[in-house]
Amino acid sequence: MHFLWAFLVGGAICVIGQLMFDVVKLTPAHTMATLVVAGAVIDGLGFYEPLVDFAGAGATIPITSFGNALVHGALTEYYRDGWIGVITGIFDLTSAGISAAIIFSFLAALVVRPKG
Amino acid sequence: MNDGMATKTGSKYKKMTMSPQEYQTYAKTREPARSVPQNCLRAFLVGGLICTLGQAVQDFFAYAFGMTQQEAGNPTVAVMIMISVVLTCLGIYDKIAQWAGAGTAVPVTGFANSMCSAALEHRSEGLVLGVGGNMFKLAGSVIVYGTVAAFFIGIIYMALGLEGH
Repeated sequence: MHFLWAFLVGGAICVIGQLMFDVVKLTPAHTMATLVVAGAVIDGLGFYEPLVDFAGAGATIPITSFGNALVHGALTEYYRDGWIGVITGIFDLTSAGISAAIIFSFLAALVVRPKG
Repeated sequence: MNDGMATKTGSKYKKMTMSPQEYQTYAKTREPARSVPQNCLRAFLVGGLICTLGQAVQDFFAYAFGMTQQEAGNPTVAVMIMISVVLTCLGIYDKIAQWAGAGTAVPVTGFANSMCSAALEHRSEGLVLGVGGNMFKLAGSVIVYGTVAAFFIGIIYMALGLEGH
């Protein structure tokens, strides 16, 4: 059952992105930046975690979850360490995504010849 | 003076040079029509499938390593990024992306795809200036705006003295 919700919610977030491409005529970079900020604001309001509980990977795989994770890390460390946590905690939870993307992309650039 | 397309009274040959504006309007009439509902359906299907695959990976981590769904989220993202990088290297991701539009761009795999293709594209400029300097060309805006937004939300929480979640 949770596969169905992951499919539906993840698909719906992608449709929002597609509408921003086609209807609002934003560039991909503007769309992604907007979605990340939206994810951050939604988590700030406390609604992203219920969505993750409900939709699982449907909420954690779209780029909105990146904004969610940034806010989450900042707030978690803020409550643990005080005001400095806002700065030190931001990349706490997103480390996996950013590090993996950097490392794998770099290794790819070392070994792969560009296509087309 | 007869600009662009030949008129009926003019010669039967078209003038071969067009101004950029004329070319734009001409190209638009020749583009295959992609309707918004069709694009949305494709984005929905592919985006949904990527998230379903992510859910399967997440379940695997939860099952194999006894993690909670929350804990399994981070390694899942790493695995999805690895898959995306491999597919990008093989040129497959961009083929899917042409069909799926936002369906491949919005998931975190699209983020990895943009970094990997930037890295590959600028490889010829060298490892430091090319790969190192251009990797975040497209992905950078996501990180910058996400970080700035998270910072301000943290400040707002601090100013209002709100409890965390």
